[in-house]
Amino acid sequence: MTETPNASGVPASAADTLLEGSGLHTFYGVSHILHGVDFAVRRGETIGLMGRNGMGKTTLIKTLLGLVRPREGQVRVRGEDMTQAATHAIARRGIAYVPEGRGIFPNLSVRENLVMAARAGVDGRREWDFDRVIQTFPRLGERLANGGAQLSGGEQQMLTIGRALMTNPDLLILDEATEGLAPLIAREIWNIIKTIRASGIATVIVDKNYAAVMALADRSVVLVKGRVVFSGESRELADNEELMHRFLGV
Amino acid sequence: MDFAFFLIQLLNGLQYGLLLFLVASGLTLVFGIMGIINLAHGSFYMVGAYLAWSLAGMTGNLATAILLAIPLTVVLGMALERLLFRHLYQRDHLYQVLLTYGLILVFEELRSLIWGDDVHGVAVPALLNASISLTENLSYPVYRLAISGVCLLLAAALYFLIQKTRLGMMIRAGASNRDMVQSLGIDIKLIYTLVFALGIALAAFAGMINAPLSSVFPNMGSSVLIICFVVVVIGGIGSVKGAMAASLMIGLAETFGTVLVPEVAGMIVYVLMAIVLVWRPQGLFGKA
Ligand SMILES: Nc1ncnc2c1ncn2[C@@H]1O[C@H](COP(=O)(O)OP(=O)(O)O)[C@@H](O)[C@H]1O
Ligand SMILES: [Mg+2]
Repeated sequence: MTETPNASGVPASAADTLLEGSGLHTFYGVSHILHGVDFAVRRGETIGLMGRNGMGKTTLIKTLLGLVRPREGQVRVRGEDMTQAATHAIARRGIAYVPEGRGIFPNLSVRENLVMAARAGVDGRREWDFDRVIQTFPRLGERLANGGAQLSGGEQQMLTIGRALMTNPDLLILDEATEGLAPLIAREIWNIIKTIRASGIATVIVDKNYAAVMALADRSVVLVKGRVVFSGESRELADNEELMHRFLGV
Repeated sequence: MDFAFFLIQLLNGLQYGLLLFLVASGLTLVFGIMGIINLAHGSFYMVGAYLAWSLAGMTGNLATAILLAIPLTVVLGMALERLLFRHLYQRDHLYQVLLTYGLILVFEELRSLIWGDDVHGVAVPALLNASISLTENLSYPVYRLAISGVCLLLAAALYFLIQKTRLGMMIRAGASNRDMVQSLGIDIKLIYTLVFALGIALAAFAGMINAPLSSVFPNMGSSVLIICFVVVVIGGIGSVKGAMAASLMIGLAETFGTVLVPEVAGMIVYVLMAIVLVWRPQGLFGKA
């Protein structure tokens, strides 16, 4: 458990593993959604989490964050068992979340959405603060006094990402960040994700644009009906038309 | 009605309205943010008044009594949130109404056991026991002005807390998306506990400072509770601003109604509510 080889074959210690789920079984009522999923994110790593609609990607993320409890299996954050920990305690260990459907606070202004989330990172880092987020998302800077609900879809997404960065995370989980956005805005979001990745923050990316995900991700994990059917280098998946067709329908 | 008389009624109406605001703001906050209908809210007003009376008797001083009673009510509020109310957030309003109605009965029974069933007066603190003369034969008690002043200060503090501080932003965010607040590393349960305790403490504090004016008697929370629900409905559920507007409206309407049209004074508040609801079903500041 503590000495697992990573993609480059170098053993990584548990301390390098930011977030790890093992043997996760998650249910909604009687429907069995996750069937023994193993998933791990190491420091600085970018992972593409892929799978068609309804395969359990969002459920896996929610399970890892403690928003839904697994019936079986374990969630570890930085090597520590946090299967039963409160979501805020997990988040405080350096994990930020951009949920599906955005999740801005519509009753707060843009400024308030950002300011309320401000926090130093796990090691006391304050690289991301209000000014830097506004520099990164100049559009938000023009709309600080606006209510969250008055923003366009793309701006809302930028606000959600900016708000997540205000917590100075080591890992950013993006669930369908470009969903429903015009291509130009989606490209802007992808560029921002690249910048975030380059700054050393580990990312988990869920997106319908598989090509864009695989181009960015070090590793890809594919879910089919709540099971991991592929886990490995993104290149390996991208180059294998048969896998792409069978698991992702492309 | 000459001017001095009008002025006195105006001050009385404002003072009553501001006091109502203290009680109603907690009710509307707890409803708006946690979604809890707390019928026992008026009981905390009563608990505050009885604590003020009994502690003033022990210490000989209402101010000391209030200073001692505030932390007690905060602790009571936090304990009740942890033990009871926390389990109601995800439940139907019917459970909330049943449990909190039960709490009213428990509080009344405990009040009867601990403090008895008599009516008690509470002395106005000596320092504030004076009047300001308005005309030769009309004067206004300083204590009522002091109550209004304290209520205004608290209302301003509450506004500042909710609109301007990060804690206030978290509280408002929690009303819109609880999971998202947690995902940002914020302990929403702790925030709920604090909001609940704040609401309880405000209601109890209103009972304490009003004790010298209202005296202290069994069931004193129930009429306050009903008026406060009217305030919350008129102002718009969950809106603190609305609670302020509605409290002042009701305070003035009831005060002037009592002197101008005493025959129908008891109805005025409800007529006002009916008019507002026909005009704006979501209340003055409520969201449609
Ligand atoms: N709250 C819920 N209650 C019941 N079933 C749900 C709920 N959320 C998702 N599901 C079901 O769980 C399965 C996985 O959903 P989800 O994790 O959202 O998939 P994905 O994110 O991969 O599209 C789907 O079949 C979906 O219908
Ligand atoms: Mg999903």
